[in-house]
Amino acid sequence: MKQDIHVTVNGAAQTITCEPDSPFLDVLRHDLGLSGPRFGCGIGLCGACFVLIDGQARSSCDLPAWAAEGKDVTTVEGLLDGDTMHAVQRAVIEEQAAQCGYCTSGMIVSAVALLRGNAAPTEDEVRSALDGNLCRCGAHRRIIRAVLRAASGGGPEAASIPAAGGRGVTAGSPTGRIPG
Amino acid sequence: MSDSATPPGGVLPPSLAANPILQNWLDFSVDGVVTIRSGKVEYGQGVWTALAQIAAEELDVPLARIRVAQVSTSSSPDEGVTSGSRSIEDSGGALRQACAQARGAFLAVAAAKLGADVTAMSVQDGAIRTPAGGTGLTYWSLRAPGLLDQPAAPSVPAKPPGQWSVAGRSAPRIDLPDKATGRPRFLHDRVLPGMLFGRVIRPPAPVATLDALDDVELPPGVVARVRDGSFLAVIADSDRVAVAATTRLARAARWTVQESLPDERDLKGFLLSQPEQVQPVVQRADDAAAARVTVTRQAEYTRPFIAHASMAPSCAIARWDGGTVTVWTHSQGVFALRGALALGLGLDPEQVIVHHVEGAGVYGHNAADDAALDAVLLARQVPGRPVRVLWSREDELAWGPLGSAMLARLSAGLDAAGRIQTWRQDVWSNGFIGRPGTGGEPRLLALTHVAGGTPMTPAPDGPPTGAMGATRNAVPGYDIPDLAVTRHRLLAMPIRTSSLRSLGAFLNVFAIESFMDELAEVAGADPVEFRLAHLTDPRARRVIEEAAGFSGWAVRPRDEGVGFGLGFARYKGLSGYCAAVAEVAADTGISLRRLWLAVDVGRVINPDGVLNQVEGGAIQSASWALRERVRFDRTRITSVTWDSYPILRFTEVPEVFVRIVAAPGERETGAGELAQGPVAAAIGNAVSDAVGVRVRDLPLTTEQVARTIEQS
Repeated sequence: MKQDIHVTVNGAAQTITCEPDSPFLDVLRHDLGLSGPRFGCGIGLCGACFVLIDGQARSSCDLPAWAAEGKDVTTVEGLLDGDTMHAVQRAVIEEQAAQCGYCTSGMIVSAVALLRGNAAPTEDEVRSALDGNLCRCGAHRRIIRAVLRAASGGGPEAASIPAAGGRGVTAGSPTGRIPG
Repeated sequence: MSDSATPPGGVLPPSLAANPILQNWLDFSVDGVVTIRSGKVEYGQGVWTALAQIAAEELDVPLARIRVAQVSTSSSPDEGVTSGSRSIEDSGGALRQACAQARGAFLAVAAAKLGADVTAMSVQDGAIRTPAGGTGLTYWSLRAPGLLDQPAAPSVPAKPPGQWSVAGRSAPRIDLPDKATGRPRFLHDRVLPGMLFGRVIRPPAPVATLDALDDVELPPGVVARVRDGSFLAVIADSDRVAVAATTRLARAARWTVQESLPDERDLKGFLLSQPEQVQPVVQRADDAAAARVTVTRQAEYTRPFIAHASMAPSCAIARWDGGTVTVWTHSQGVFALRGALALGLGLDPEQVIVHHVEGAGVYGHNAADDAALDAVLLARQVPGRPVRVLWSREDELAWGPLGSAMLARLSAGLDAAGRIQTWRQDVWSNGFIGRPGTGGEPRLLALTHVAGGTPMTPAPDGPPTGAMGATRNAVPGYDIPDLAVTRHRLLAMPIRTSSLRSLGAFLNVFAIESFMDELAEVAGADPVEFRLAHLTDPRARRVIEEAAGFSGWAVRPRDEGVGFGLGFARYKGLSGYCAAVAEVAADTGISLRRLWLAVDVGRVINPDGVLNQVEGGAIQSASWALRERVRFDRTRITSVTWDSYPILRFTEVPEVFVRIVAAPGERETGAGELAQGPVAAAIGNAVSDAVGVRVRDLPLTTEQVARTIEQS
């Protein structure tokens, strides 16, 4: 039996008529035409479908539509301010922090949630915050750098880990702890 | 011309020789835009950006003017499959020549028009100039039908790399802004008018027969239920309804299931007990060297089956219009897929049009092609309507082709001075070349399930060389006088295998480089010194010295529970060079702390693109080496979620440092597969260094290391 679900998505109030147990990810993609949240596993294990729900990053593939009733939802598209990207989105491009980019939306959402609660995270805090987001291409290091860059306002002091290889020939350098 | 990027001897790059007409490669029909057509597809490796750089360079236009056309059987040059780290060499080489010649053709037209000396003319941002300045002519004002309808000529020189200003410098990926903002870009995002949604109910096991289907009420919105032999599927007006119907149909299906899989706990026994094709790869006897041997060693190394485990399950769209079917796919090879679909369905290839659309990361031959056939089969039920098929995560991990389990048996003899005199390497594996159409067989999953379908024959493995198949990198790159390498290809394939990133190189390099450390220990030599003592190739020596140098190898700490290891290979024995150093800690578990890699990929088009590929390859290799193992019982694959098939996570990835060793005078090679073998080997050697015991069976999980220590 279909029912109406009332939800605010990217600032706009929406009423969606659907089976209440429909995956909320499918509502976002199919009913609302948003392509940012992506299907990866369907059981909340990979993070590709992460969205902000009342400010918290969580999977939308294993969230039934009824559970989104009355919630405030932000997808990666909703992080844009007009044509202006969110600092995390900009940092992802500045650090060239992706390969295939399929996991990128979910990564950005997790990072934004982290930075809203912790404006200056350590690298370990970034890693922990992103641990629910899988990346198969191995862009992890760049994504960590991007989040740290966004946290610091994009300045050169962004990285407590080595600076990006975005413009140079050497990615990272063992400036930290060369053995011995 | 010796410093030109044009190949020596006036020979066309193979891709261009096969597709010689210039206008098939580039197009000026949109004002201010150059559209380039490559046969190589983008799947996250950044190849379109690098190809655009090459074109921009030769045409003297900024990168922003280049558009890369979607690869399609209807409009792209056939460059085969996008695999083997060959795109920059193949497609880049072809585009470079085609663009250089096109530039010359435009200049010749301009010179004739102006009565000017063509050798004094130049191009700036697509505008044609003489020494006196601008001419008012541009590529776009001069475009004329037929101008580029000319075959490529081998005599046209490309720019010397010393004059490059766009190629050879890091350029940001052209696809990232879309991906960072969630714009529809993937095939999974595509919605065609009137599109329907299909889902397939796969059998519960590789060997299973659909005996009966109980009556079942399907939800409103189901357009068709499709049953053909043991191929069972549903088409609905939304994916949500299709999924719901799938669940009901799965419950209603009655299958006969057979045990057909090997014993997961004895992969070595499985590999050694199958019928096999034995092929010599290298046989170089040196009796004098063999007579110098004073000590011998033998060891065996194994890897389990490994899954592609791309972040997106496979997807495809197909639409039948009369006798023609159009397919949208994220396959690595649209032409091969077209051929396989035509072969499998009894169609003329001209009846099949295949367009590539980006999907998630591709690491070899995954289920994309199988999904394409699924979509074609379902779309045939609803002519004129596009049908999209999306696989489930579970099917992706259970039914996609896998990288084969492997065993490498090595033996070597050292002389009294600790030099390697003899080396034997035998490699057992299922084939890696199970791609669509290989060996004249479609090799598409659903064809094995439809009525009258037959199982796939065991995957071929390509020519028995050190560059191909299971024996890729099975020939050590070291100076060894007496050498024999043999491939044992299994002639039974209970678990479907095909190409996975680096093919056999992952295990072969792990085996060779682990064994080198074992031999170094026998010789009483430092692992780096031992390798260098057996290497004369200066490029090989340079990457090892670089990796050892910037990782601080010589002064590495010798703390309890911390280990360092090095691994090296020249990919395929003829491509790029990579040396890796790993640092692991062994306390309550095995953790990988840091990786240092030095690579030589010859001339570099996009340095940051190379770094990204090498970093990513390193992390994926670490994930394979430390975590990954396809699980199964005697009936079915059981590792079908991210819980049962774990990959390395953010809290587990090491720090990764990569340096490119400059080799601007050398031809460009790919970078995407360089790191797979050396990183696994470096980790293995570091684990051994940390725990004092050699672990020869991948993955190097804490449990596996603990078991090996107990048994030692």
